[in-house]
Amino acid sequence: MIISCPHCGLRDSSEFYFRGEAPTPRPDYEEGNVAFADHVYGRINPAGPQKEHWYHAAGCRSWLLVERDTRTHDFLSVTLASEQGR
Amino acid sequence: MTRLQAGGLIDRTKAVDFRFDGRALTGFAGDTLASALLANGVRIVGRSFKYHRARGILTDGIDEPNALVTLRGGARAEPNCRAPSVELFDGLEAQSQNCWPSPSFDLMAVNGLFSKIFVAGFYYKTFMWPAALWERLYEPLIRRAAGLGRLSGQADPDSYDRSHAFADLLVVGSGPAGLSAALSAARSGLRVLLVENDSRVGGRLLSERHEVGGQSGTAWAAAALRELAANDRVTILTRTSLFGAYDGNSFGAVERVSDHLPITADGQPRQRYWKIVAAQAIFATGATERPIAFGGNDRPGVMMASAIQTYVNRYAVAPGKRVAIFTVCDTGYDVAADLAAAGVEIAAIIDARGQPTRDVAFAPVIAGEVVRTFGRSLKAIEVRRFDGGMERMAVDLLGMAGGWNPNVGFASHLGKRPDWCDTLQAFRQGTLPGGMMFAGAADGALSLADAMASGEAAARRICDAAAAAQPMVVSAQASPHVVSDSGQKSFVDFQHDVTVDDVLLADREGYRSVEHLKRYTTLGMATDQGKAGQVLGHAVLAQHRDAGMAAIGTIAARPPHTPVAIGALAGVHRGEHLKPTRLTPTHRWAAENGASFVNAGLWKRAQWFTRPGDKDWLASAVREAKAVRSTVGICDVSTLGKIEIVGPDAAMLLDRLYGNMMSTLPVGKCRYGVMLREDGFVFDDGTVARLDDNRFVITTTTVNAVAVMRHIDFALQVIWPGLKAHACSITEGWAQIAVAGPLSRALLQDLLPAIDLSNEAFPFMAALAGEWNGIPMRLFRLSFSGELAYEIAVPTNHGDALVRALALLGRAYGCTPYGLEALGILRIEKGHVAGGDLNGQVTAHDLGLGRMLSKKKDFIGRAMAERPALVDPGRQMLVGLKPVDPAQRFSAGSHLFRKGAAQVASESQGHITSVAYSGVFDHWIALGLLEHGPERIGETIAAASPVRGTCIEVEVCSPVFFDAAGERLRA
Repeated sequence: MIISCPHCGLRDSSEFYFRGEAPTPRPDYEEGNVAFADHVYGRINPAGPQKEHWYHAAGCRSWLLVERDTRTHDFLSVTLASEQGR
Repeated sequence: MTRLQAGGLIDRTKAVDFRFDGRALTGFAGDTLASALLANGVRIVGRSFKYHRARGILTDGIDEPNALVTLRGGARAEPNCRAPSVELFDGLEAQSQNCWPSPSFDLMAVNGLFSKIFVAGFYYKTFMWPAALWERLYEPLIRRAAGLGRLSGQADPDSYDRSHAFADLLVVGSGPAGLSAALSAARSGLRVLLVENDSRVGGRLLSERHEVGGQSGTAWAAAALRELAANDRVTILTRTSLFGAYDGNSFGAVERVSDHLPITADGQPRQRYWKIVAAQAIFATGATERPIAFGGNDRPGVMMASAIQTYVNRYAVAPGKRVAIFTVCDTGYDVAADLAAAGVEIAAIIDARGQPTRDVAFAPVIAGEVVRTFGRSLKAIEVRRFDGGMERMAVDLLGMAGGWNPNVGFASHLGKRPDWCDTLQAFRQGTLPGGMMFAGAADGALSLADAMASGEAAARRICDAAAAAQPMVVSAQASPHVVSDSGQKSFVDFQHDVTVDDVLLADREGYRSVEHLKRYTTLGMATDQGKAGQVLGHAVLAQHRDAGMAAIGTIAARPPHTPVAIGALAGVHRGEHLKPTRLTPTHRWAAENGASFVNAGLWKRAQWFTRPGDKDWLASAVREAKAVRSTVGICDVSTLGKIEIVGPDAAMLLDRLYGNMMSTLPVGKCRYGVMLREDGFVFDDGTVARLDDNRFVITTTTVNAVAVMRHIDFALQVIWPGLKAHACSITEGWAQIAVAGPLSRALLQDLLPAIDLSNEAFPFMAALAGEWNGIPMRLFRLSFSGELAYEIAVPTNHGDALVRALALLGRAYGCTPYGLEALGILRIEKGHVAGGDLNGQVTAHDLGLGRMLSKKKDFIGRAMAERPALVDPGRQMLVGLKPVDPAQRFSAGSHLFRKGAAQVASESQGHITSVAYSGVFDHWIALGLLEHGPERIGETIAAASPVRGTCIEVEVCSPVFFDAAGERLRA
């Protein structure tokens, strides 16, 4: 697979670390176990577009928020995770 | 000899000597092993997989299922090479396979008499009972009786290389369609990569007689090659097999750099693995001629018609003297015409379509079908005439022209199966993966003109959206042909000996999906992956069930398209080069001092330092540990991960990363810390040193250095992108040496006379940044050993000088280098957890560190660590263990049982995680995880290792064996 890193351009997937499906935003401690259980273990595992976290380990060290179609491995979007919600 | 007097693309001035099964034979430059064997009159080249039937050469290429040979010898022996795709070279040695003593006289042919046993699914039926005999008796027997070539069992002595290629357009195949596509794209200025499996470009133009633009097909191909070669935006790779299509428009290919040479050229690899990335790919991969199912269609002398054409036209070999052609398409007539032109007698063309499409002058055309064949090697055939009657015909060569299957398997690599095309009566790729097109015969354009137009049109589609809308030409064909009631075995998969009857039996037994059919009968599972006969097998199923091919479907092809040597994929990454090797800054010094090294991740770490008089490694390790307890020792700890964290929010970040509070750490101090994963389990541990208000250095375990860095980046970029802090790995930047023992202060004071190291000025857990000999130096008063101890760090390139300075000054104090084993003894004596204790399933609570976790702040893992089950006192928790009889030894991994309990998994209450021989106590000690551990101090339990057959009584004790009050490290 080839991933378009916002900093480094088109790079081979072997340069990246795949963390998995992006979890829901991390709750605060006060929100309790149940909210954290969903954050830590809750996954949709869709057959189709999925939001994922990839880390350009052998590149710019950016965490990327990636939307990938799990059926075709098409990368629908790649953005810097740090820019989410800004 | 069956070599024709003239013609062919061989060089008759260059004779090539080779050996087949020890027989000395001669061919010409330009021959393949198959063409040279045929030219020498060799008809039987091997035996079949199950029935050991004599087999000859069936095809002219990579789809060959029969003529598999072992090439070369010794460690270079390569089994299962397809004779039609082996280029002949001087001194080539080939051995037939799967027969003994020879392919003509094979003792295992007795299997044929038991053919009723070897039906579809025979593995599952015949050898069902008793099951205990399966591994010991049945499987070895079957494997010996039915098998392909054998591996040499030796290491591959050849070298392999890897290259990367990038292109606007990848063209696979250099037949008329591929060349047309490449020419058109190159003329439009695209960067083109043309990949051809053969040693020459031209594809079927090399096998057939055609005229293109007033010149011969081969001359046109040569001119096209010249034009492409002159274009510096075009790269041509011949002898290169594309084996897989992968995501992101990437492809794998293997270039056979030296396989056609007797000896690999100096500085060249045997093969080169190409990783190709191309924006677009045109697969002009041609089509594979399909066999016809009739009795004895596997007999030596029965060949694919197109293969006969190749041997006659390209290699000037007539594989028979009197030929019949059994056809369901016009190919049969073309082949007969070429044979007649070469002076070979044509007995008949037998056309099963009922109405012959052409009348030819040189041979009778019979409307009918071949029913069965005769002779060890073909002597005669029996023909069923549609106008009535059977006719026996003496021939020594029979061509099968069963129509063409486009080679579309590469689309399946990307999950797109082909669809049945009624016009073409074959599977054609309807739904295309992005960036992939098929052209020429691979897309069902079977005539030369159509193929060339198709290739050009495919190239045009890439540049021009309007062109993309035009429909492609598809040729018409007859359906795959199955002859009924032959009374002989009719094969659909030649390599795995799958017959029409096997397919019907599988259907009767309920294996009706083509994928089930494949697994049950092994249809299409051999090294040729069913290229020749698989679709014919599916047609048998479709006709039997009257279902139509569209409903039956076909299987998904998977990579590799052709077999790939593992060595080619590994390239240079084998042996010591499998992974990078990391050496510590003091590696050379350690080697000079008798160190034995152990792999710790990628690192080589000194495990112990052998000195004269040491009985064994354990004696060395115990001596080193005793030296640390009595005088002073030095040990390289550079492999620990080191991360520098800076910024106004650095302290806040650390509070969130660690379970304990870090923001309260004063400048110039260190603190031990535990990091949890968000699920509440322990992730890593290490120390945090505050060098400045906004500057910290943390250490990680060696194994987690990379993972912790990634974790911190995740926290900074994903969870809390608003924090003003930066983190950077400095593991590579600093050499760090532990100086431990009662005399460590004296030694370091000699090294650093300008710094006051008294207990008052530099107490336990102090940290400073200073200089040694004018270079930056960091000093931490940390103790893993439990002794008065320091860790001193200097830039990596000064690490060697530092350790030598310490060793030199240390002579006055009896300074002893110590390795990883002594380090282990020291930390186990102190109950410090590491490696095996931190297995990813333990909580801080399990390790007795629960009270370290702050209740005053949020941190990663806090919420989940507080789940009741994770703080249950019944969990397996850290304890110390010692043998009741001090003379006894135990081993890590031993399970812990209540005294007298049955030693079964359900009774296990924990296990031993670390063991060491303590020189302080003169017996073995251990750390372990035990249910209700801390409540059971003093209890005697059993430690058993069923795999080692040991079981001893052990006493549960505190994990801190030595200096529980911690007076020594504060001294």
